[in-house]
Amino acid sequence: MGLKNFFLKKSLWVFHFAGASCNNCDIEILDILTPRYDVERFGVQLVGSPRHADVILVSGSINQRDKPRLLEVYNQTSKPVFVVAFGACGCTGGVFAEGNTFAGPVDQIVPVDAYIPGCPPKPEAMISGLSKLMQTIS
Amino acid sequence: MEQQSYIENIQQQLPEGATGSQVVRKNRYVIDIRTESLLQMASHLYHNLRFRFIIASAFESKQGFEILYHFSDDEAGSIISLHVIMPHDKPEVDSLANMFSGANWIEREMREILGITFRNHPEPEKLLSEGNWAEGVYPYRKNYKS
Amino acid sequence: MANQKIIPVGPYHPLQEEPELFKLYCEGETVRDIKWETGYNHRGIEKLSESKTFEQVFFLVERICGICSTSHPFAFANCMEEIAQVEPPDRAKYIRSIVGELERLHSHYLWLGLAGHFLGYNTVWMWAWKYREPILDLFEIISGNRNSYAMFKIGGVRRDVTGDQIALARKTMSDLKKKNDLLTGAVMDDPVIHARTKGVGVLTREDVMDYAAVGPTARASGWDIDVRRDDPYAAYDMVEWKVITAPEGDVFAKAQVRLLENYESIKIIEQCLDGLEKEPEGDTEVKVREIPEGIGTGRAEAPRGEVFHFVKTDGSNSPVRHKIRAPSYVNIATFRKSCVGQTISDATISLAAVDPCYCCTERMAFAYDWHTGRKIYDGNQLVELSKQKTQQIIKNNA
Repeated sequence: MGLKNFFLKKSLWVFHFAGASCNNCDIEILDILTPRYDVERFGVQLVGSPRHADVILVSGSINQRDKPRLLEVYNQTSKPVFVVAFGACGCTGGVFAEGNTFAGPVDQIVPVDAYIPGCPPKPEAMISGLSKLMQTIS
Repeated sequence: MEQQSYIENIQQQLPEGATGSQVVRKNRYVIDIRTESLLQMASHLYHNLRFRFIIASAFESKQGFEILYHFSDDEAGSIISLHVIMPHDKPEVDSLANMFSGANWIEREMREILGITFRNHPEPEKLLSEGNWAEGVYPYRKNYKS
Repeated sequence: MANQKIIPVGPYHPLQEEPELFKLYCEGETVRDIKWETGYNHRGIEKLSESKTFEQVFFLVERICGICSTSHPFAFANCMEEIAQVEPPDRAKYIRSIVGELERLHSHYLWLGLAGHFLGYNTVWMWAWKYREPILDLFEIISGNRNSYAMFKIGGVRRDVTGDQIALARKTMSDLKKKNDLLTGAVMDDPVIHARTKGVGVLTREDVMDYAAVGPTARASGWDIDVRRDDPYAAYDMVEWKVITAPEGDVFAKAQVRLLENYESIKIIEQCLDGLEKEPEGDTEVKVREIPEGIGTGRAEAPRGEVFHFVKTDGSNSPVRHKIRAPSYVNIATFRKSCVGQTISDATISLAAVDPCYCCTERMAFAYDWHTGRKIYDGNQLVELSKQKTQQIIKNNA
């Protein structure tokens, strides 16, 4: 493990991109920052700009209007960047996959490194997903 | 009976233009009106009776395009819907958004999903179709194919 | 205007079908106008609903909004029961009200925490969300999931609440009352919160009427409406409670209304638990064989206001037209009144005050102007501005 990867592993900064989601995943993401789950102890932090991010957490299905924005966010991040498809909608489109504005699940738009399924995923699932992602960095 | 007299009372106060009324069930009423008299009717419900505008539901049927403007009488706990029917070839009606801002978004939405024209709308910009579907495509019409 | 700068806020704000991009038109520090663009979250739920059976629609409407994930099935159930002319058994009514009120509690705590965060009080955020966890635990024990509960069906509820669960719910409620006292004290007695929120983002009664706003947004402007009382459904006419209103219409009044509503919710839940113990166990639904042709309207009071569903049926097993109006659809539009004339740092809390959902403000993160590429504030900087103002007030008070 190089020095760069060592620091990357200890401080994953996450940019949260909410597509056409129902908000459930988004609350659970905030929830893991609060005292009971507290992922900041692993160095995970939500950041406000994609330019600072090591991870893009994409929740919700992606509609036609979101699609170019997601690509734009992906292009703005410094590489390497990990993309996590979050929740049933992020992974497959969920109940909205048949909608008339659906533009495809996340992995058809940008390359995805990890999937965290669930509707919404439990905080434990989220922590497990993030820790598995950290283990891939070596 | 009580229900019947409640709606008849409201209908009598309405200016000319109501063509009929029905009690759908307890506390739910529909008043059929002519398209031209919508502004007058809505103004009476909103300004004189102080009913709260809830939302408008539009759909396409055999008769044409229909809109139900739902108003809430909070004191009586009832919903009074003004029902207009527009012909298939000319779905056009006056905008209520100049009377109350609550109608602003929903009218823009109805224009985009069903292609109903609202005359004199103060802000006739796109609300949700931008980037999602093209101008002139109306996904909630019966002949829409995805 | 030559001197006006545009600050885009958004676009991601996934409460319902309508996340927005707000454009604040500013002159110096003052917001002069506000415009919105939506459609980023349009999933075509109303269209999708037409291709689903009535049983499936429940799972779909539950996913309109994660925080109001009971209110939409609630309104839809009311609507379908109106069309089918059935009445759920009393036990089901009590369970429905319990789930509805628990949702209101967790939603109000969520709002309170985020409002605290936007004012620069992260402690309030952490505490409020910590106290919210036991409610979610209770949900998990009752329904099996923390957020989407899938409790509702036409004619009743899917799961019963029995024995141990009732005891646990009672204990959670009595614990929560103390925590609510603590938070109410912390918010109501803090001079800095008073300074930041009083007289900020004022909506008058006329504005509320004009924009047809509902829920705590309307009640904090002295407009006494609450569907639970005005057009009672479920068990709300079988229990004692009162509607909370405040006349001022500012952010503080909205916080006050929500905090006091928590006490009412706890009161309702406790009475419903009493009711549950009297009803025979297992009597949770009436069978509905078919849905006749007709139109129906259903409403329910969500944490943010009235949810309205309109369904037209034709005798088949899926809706012909399903119109949904979420409360934020009308509440969000009031920003045009509450933010204009405010400073940018106050706009954050004014936007948050109607509880559009945290994403509205949090999603300010993704902020750059698509058309001009101009350098503007991002979400964190806006929150930062707001925090600086709080610091300033603390300094001045000291």
